[in-house]
Amino acid sequence: MNLTLRIWRQKGANTPGEFVTYPVHNVSPDMSFLEMLDVLNEELIVRGEEPVSFEHDCREGICGSCGFLIDGMTHGPRRGTTVCQLHMRSFQDGDELTLEPWRASAFPVLKDLIVDRSAFDRIIQSGGFISAPTGSAPEANAILVPKESSDTAFDAAACIACGACVAACPNASAMLFTSAKLTHLNVLPQGQPERDERTVNMVAAMDREGFGSCTNHAECEAACPKLIPLEFIARMNRYVYRALLRPHRHPLAERIAPGAPSRAR
Amino acid sequence: MLDTMISTQASPQTLDARIPPGPIEQKWDRARFDMKLVSRANRRKYRVIVVGTGLAGAAAAATLGEQGYQVDGFSFHDSPRRAHSIAAQGGINAAKNYRNDGDSIYRLFYDTIKGGDFRAREANAYRLAQLSVEIIDQCVAQGVPFAREYGGLLDTRSFGGVQVERTFYARGQTGQQLLLGAYQALERQISAGSVKMHTRSEMLDLVVIDGKARGIIVRNLVTGAITPHAADVVVLATGGYANVYYLSTNAKASNVTAIWRAHRRGALFGNPCFTQIHPTCIPVTGEHQSKLTLMSESLRNDGRVWVPVKKGDTRPPGAISDAERDYYLERRYPSFGNLVPRDVASRAAKEVCDAGRGVGPGGYGVYLDFRDAINRMGRDAVQEKYGNLFEIYERITGENAYDVPMRIYPAVHYTMGGLWVDYQLMSTIPGLFVGGEANFSDQGANRLGASALMQGLADGYFILPATVPNYLASSRFDPVNTAHPAFREVEDEVRRRTEALLATKGKRTVDSFHRELGRLMWDECGMARSESGLRKALARIPELREEFRTDVRVPGDDGGLNQSLEKAGRVADFLELAELMCTDALHRSESCGGHFRVESQTPDGEAMRNDEEFSYAAAWEWTGPDNAPVLHKEPLTFDYVHPTQRSYK
Ligand SMILES: Cc1cc2nc3c(=O)[nH]c(=O)nc-3n(C[C@H](O)[C@H](O)[C@H](O)COP(=O)(O)OP(=O)(O)OC[C@H]3O[C@@H](n4cnc5c(N)ncnc54)[C@H](O)[C@@H]3O)c2cc1C
Ligand code: FES
Repeated sequence: MNLTLRIWRQKGANTPGEFVTYPVHNVSPDMSFLEMLDVLNEELIVRGEEPVSFEHDCREGICGSCGFLIDGMTHGPRRGTTVCQLHMRSFQDGDELTLEPWRASAFPVLKDLIVDRSAFDRIIQSGGFISAPTGSAPEANAILVPKESSDTAFDAAACIACGACVAACPNASAMLFTSAKLTHLNVLPQGQPERDERTVNMVAAMDREGFGSCTNHAECEAACPKLIPLEFIARMNRYVYRALLRPHRHPLAERIAPGAPSRAR
Repeated sequence: MLDTMISTQASPQTLDARIPPGPIEQKWDRARFDMKLVSRANRRKYRVIVVGTGLAGAAAAATLGEQGYQVDGFSFHDSPRRAHSIAAQGGINAAKNYRNDGDSIYRLFYDTIKGGDFRAREANAYRLAQLSVEIIDQCVAQGVPFAREYGGLLDTRSFGGVQVERTFYARGQTGQQLLLGAYQALERQISAGSVKMHTRSEMLDLVVIDGKARGIIVRNLVTGAITPHAADVVVLATGGYANVYYLSTNAKASNVTAIWRAHRRGALFGNPCFTQIHPTCIPVTGEHQSKLTLMSESLRNDGRVWVPVKKGDTRPPGAISDAERDYYLERRYPSFGNLVPRDVASRAAKEVCDAGRGVGPGGYGVYLDFRDAINRMGRDAVQEKYGNLFEIYERITGENAYDVPMRIYPAVHYTMGGLWVDYQLMSTIPGLFVGGEANFSDQGANRLGASALMQGLADGYFILPATVPNYLASSRFDPVNTAHPAFREVEDEVRRRTEALLATKGKRTVDSFHRELGRLMWDECGMARSESGLRKALARIPELREEFRTDVRVPGDDGGLNQSLEKAGRVADFLELAELMCTDALHRSESCGGHFRVESQTPDGEAMRNDEEFSYAAAWEWTGPDNAPVLHKEPLTFDYVHPTQRSYK
């Protein structure tokens, strides 16, 4: 089949970008979307033009490197599928598709379809871990974890940090990403000691990075290639209330809402 | 001047792996006791560079940072969480014996040595089995959501090549969950200020001063800036080089550059031809194919492998009765059946396909059938265990494996070869340590499933954090910073290489060279290798390299993000590595593990070792671009597991 692509081209972070149109011929339905772009890029190089930059690595839907908008849809039209796993059999001969990078101020464009998602790493740095110095661990089966908790933790930990949730949200909120990590760690017995601290620190980091807040559009859930449910955001809100309402030696509220009332012990 | 290590070593040597004396169970304890320690207060004075932050590197950087060293981590990825380790599916082995099914540290050690076809170092394999137990403890403490039983205890399953259930897993995403554990531990150290992370930064060369590794040269992949970084010790944990075959299950960006550049600076390269071909991957669909997707071999626990008895039988699988099916693994290997090790399963698939009995377009595929498992345990149970793998398969092929059998074919998956290291994981360049898939590994000539994650984490969490400090405490250091002329010299070399790639302005794309090289390697240095084929490859590779030098087209410039330039540098190094792999494969005229020389097989077609001649690890020395590499040997002795011809019958 033959397609027409309108692709966002931008040389660097500080140069303006524009859409450029490219025809692509002889596309096989067995190709992945990225393989179709590979073919286009090979042609561009031979013609002496610069290939389109896009991020990718595993091409198996697990590393979270890939991701851009196809006709305004994150990772394209197929639910629960990263763009590297999207195959051309999802499209039809003659389709015209518009490709552009994630649009969010916390994710500045670096080149063409590539954005900087390091804000996610900084959210994790603020508390997305369980402090377990190497060597100090107790025998693994000494910690019993109800299967239900470990399954929920796994569902949440399946997030690949691709950023589709942010790109799909009208507010560019990172709540689905943050709540998934909080759920992963907060439902496990090992995660309890740092639970409240982790919650407020990660929420504060999210705000600091310039992500918007959640106004319940639920676009993130629909966009997530790993089907992370919106329910985790509700959980996160509960974690926040709990953190703020429970007595702490140093009130935690100051970190997310300076001046808010909170109980100290 | 920098190359002094190299030029003084031109004659073959016997390598000393510094294996501690004493009974095998006590070697690691003994080694640790003999190690020199650095006092807490002095640790801040030492700088450690860790290149690569996958499982091995993230674990090492986090642990060394936590111990108090000043650590600089480097990764070409935009975040450590994207390392290729993330893609591991099936699981991680540990000798916990939670199943009470006869497992033990000794059995895991035994299985590793036998599985590696007696080309691994006994002391290392034993240490790996010992540490496996602590790895699971560590990961659980970090919150890795391993599969669990209803009572809250950890679940395990069996995996290719063994008869006990010792593989811990997190659905089909074990690598992802282990890497996130290590990544989170690393991010914790970054926020604590003990590790400084340099993402989107690619190491392009190693700096050796007075015979010691003292730093690296790095290109910032966003700005294009090339910068020197100095340290007291350099750890490489940069993963495997299976992408030399172009098509492999590795992530697209996985490459050999870091260890190849270190090799050119004097680090010997161990067993470069030892490659693992994984039996269960989705078959190739066409020229456009950019990579191959693995279907975790855990599927072989419940799936049955078969092809039609008749040649050229193109009926749909459902129309072929049981009597007309050849469950060839169960037939040939009754005691292990579908769970024979990877090399055996891969070769068997190749044989039936070469005999014209393969299935699917092109005839290079075999069935992996879940019909009987679904009848036995029910569809829900199959889905609970393998759901995400079935989904991956459906996405790629458009077929539903609950209704029609999967089609699979072997693909290159893992490289057992890598930089030669001693028991302390130090290469032949003092101060250059190598961990994870990048070293020549504890796996020998073939790796058992679920053992790479184990090795990466053993190296990263436990071994390097003991041996790196030992090196620091027992070596004398002149202070070195990047003002030293050696940095300038290597940096200039790196610049010249980059400029040359851009200046060629030829006609062929980097990918077209990479594809051609990959095809050649797959045909001549893949699942079956012959003297004539290897000689053919050895004649062609230098020509291809020359064509690349004069005819490659790399668009753009070096002043910013340029993915073509990144690829070009990596493919240039693959073009050199390929020759060494073929040289190694040619010299080892025996078959062992994944290295199958057609000249060396038993009458019924199994790999035949030649222990008299080849019971050693081959470690090759770079002697310059136009010179033949020199072979050094590390003799292997087997005091505990007596070498036998492997049999899985
Ligand atoms: C599809 C697949 C499934 C697998 N499943 C299993 C399994 O079930 N069980 C198992 O035990 N093993 C499995 N393996 C093998 C295992 O995943 C790998 O061997 C292991 O994860 C390698 O880890 P590593 O830390 O050595 O390297 P990697 O995870 O590859 O990390 C390499 C790191 O080095 C960096 N890097 C590389 N070069 C440079 C450079 N020049 N400059 C800067 N940074 C650099 C990268 O950015 C990255 O951070 C699987 C492998 C594949 C391909
Ligand atoms: S390339 Fe890894 S998720 Fe798409």
